[in-house]
Amino acid sequence: MSLSALNISKHFGKTRALENVSLEVKSGQLVALLGPSGSGKTTLLRIMAGLDFPDPGCGSRLLFEGRDVMDLPARKRGVGMVFQHYALFRNMNVYDNVAFGMTVLKGAERPTKKEIRDRVNELLGKVHLEGFERRMPHQLSGGQRQRVALARAVAIRPQILLLDEPFGALDAKVRKELRRWLRAFQEEEKLTTVFVTHDQEEALELADEVVVMNNARVEQSGSPQEVYDHPASPFVIEFLGNVNRLLRGRSMPDGQKSRLYVRPHDIEIGPIVPGHTLEARVLHVFSAGSVGRVTLEYLETGEMLEAEVPRSEVDSMHLGAGQTVGLRFRHTRVFTRREDTTQELVEVPYVRE
Amino acid sequence: MSDSRRARVLLTGAALAFLALLLLVPLAAVFSEALRKGWATFFATFDNYDAQYAILLTLLVAGISVPLNLVFGLAAAWAVTKHDFPGKSILVTLIDLPFSVSPVVSGLILVLVFGVNGWLGPYLHGAGIQIIFAVPGIVLATVFVTFPFVARELIPAMEATGREEEQAAVMLGASGWQILRRITLPNVRWALLYGVLLCNARAMGEFGAVSVVSGHIRGETNTVPLHVEILYNEYNFVAAFAMASLLALLALLTLVAKTALEWRIQHMEKQVVTERTRHRDPALSGPVK
Repeated sequence: MSLSALNISKHFGKTRALENVSLEVKSGQLVALLGPSGSGKTTLLRIMAGLDFPDPGCGSRLLFEGRDVMDLPARKRGVGMVFQHYALFRNMNVYDNVAFGMTVLKGAERPTKKEIRDRVNELLGKVHLEGFERRMPHQLSGGQRQRVALARAVAIRPQILLLDEPFGALDAKVRKELRRWLRAFQEEEKLTTVFVTHDQEEALELADEVVVMNNARVEQSGSPQEVYDHPASPFVIEFLGNVNRLLRGRSMPDGQKSRLYVRPHDIEIGPIVPGHTLEARVLHVFSAGSVGRVTLEYLETGEMLEAEVPRSEVDSMHLGAGQTVGLRFRHTRVFTRREDTTQELVEVPYVRE
Repeated sequence: MSDSRRARVLLTGAALAFLALLLLVPLAAVFSEALRKGWATFFATFDNYDAQYAILLTLLVAGISVPLNLVFGLAAAWAVTKHDFPGKSILVTLIDLPFSVSPVVSGLILVLVFGVNGWLGPYLHGAGIQIIFAVPGIVLATVFVTFPFVARELIPAMEATGREEEQAAVMLGASGWQILRRITLPNVRWALLYGVLLCNARAMGEFGAVSVVSGHIRGETNTVPLHVEILYNEYNFVAAFAMASLLALLALLTLVAKTALEWRIQHMEKQVVTERTRHRDPALSGPVK
């Protein structure tokens, strides 16, 4: 089921949570709402769920498969939701938690006891929790609780699944495993899914489409590759992965202030070739991982930057602190501050001297 | 003996002596006075209509006001903790009002409103309804005075459990009633029981407000506390203390049950707390981002 949220605005008192945000999710897609805390992503998710409502009179609309559902109460939207801290029912065991959504149905809609049991068992099998039926939530680990929450949310066969920081409270190893598992599960069930995260790695790895949010607005949306390779704003480039910011305060030929961004893996280290390389001094070499991380000082401005180069190069060049080396940037982004709107920054091509 | 230890012993001793003087001695006095002329006389106190009526009336009043306050308190706590609405802080203050008003004043207000010369008096009289100097007045006064107990216990308990479970239930299609019955109530059941217990103890022991509206009619509007006063004023000490010993016994039972419940609640909370710390232990969870 496709989902569109149109012109969503929301204020809490005087605090702006969402400012005219629009979002399109195609049927069966997995979309990540990515942003720092306070960017409005959770509020947007809760509005889609029906737990919060946009400001009245802003023309906000929410469509599921083209049908306006804004006036539909949360319990009738057919949306499955996994909460940040799972919100398992603490007075019920795992079985009753998963069965809950089916047992609250009334009359003819309500499945028989056997149907409920079959569905719960099927789901517990899918989330690898067979044999945990009688456990209480406090007897489960974080990862197990998360999977119970997921099984509970999909037990009612929702058309849309919403997840609020689904991996936030888990340790790194469990998080990685669950991520892959969730992706497989989502594809198998063909569930239109939106999840909220502040972890860019998680968003880029998991999602079909990433919606980067900042300060109550959508900064950019697109495929992970698009937003990573063609960030639309300094915020996006800084938020998605490590990046060096250089040329502080330097003016472009037309007099505009500019900033240059270069990713650590886009920096090449080699001998100095006058006119073709920038000169830098090596401050520190860290080579205990798969790549060598080199901290450098750009001699012209004294700015620090970090480069990632293959271990083999670190070894072959005998890189060490104090050395002066030449740098080449494979790929850079330059943003200038436009004169008419000082808030907005637009991208211009960076001309190498 | 070091100074700090001496201070500790001194302070503890003072506190214990104070407690003994103010609580244990009077309690012992109640029972010893009641039994001064032996068990036969003690039981004889209850072998008359007025005493039995007072006990029954007290049970009746508590039997009506405790369930009412259970419902009111639950509704108030639910509204305050699970929903946001304008005027919420005013409601919270109002819940506490009976605690801050002297019971005598509460009683007088009821007389002012429902009494024969009160605001509603003429209409009620015309309809043949008597509230003041009758059982309805006693129930009203008791309901008012004991209103905060259930709500006061439930509000912190409901706040501690948060709203997420209720929201999860909504997302799963549960109606408000289903959520209350299956999620909210089971989560606060011990706090609820505790509140009911305190409410009941107060309902049975309330004197001030009830005294104003009852009129002290023997065999008609006399509750146990009022009956104690009457007997005492008639210099019928053994009987007065025998009746009083019932209330003291109720207090002791409440105390035992309260302690058991508190232990139970703390035990549950500890469970929740360890759960949460395990949940967020930085040593267990990897670096965020």
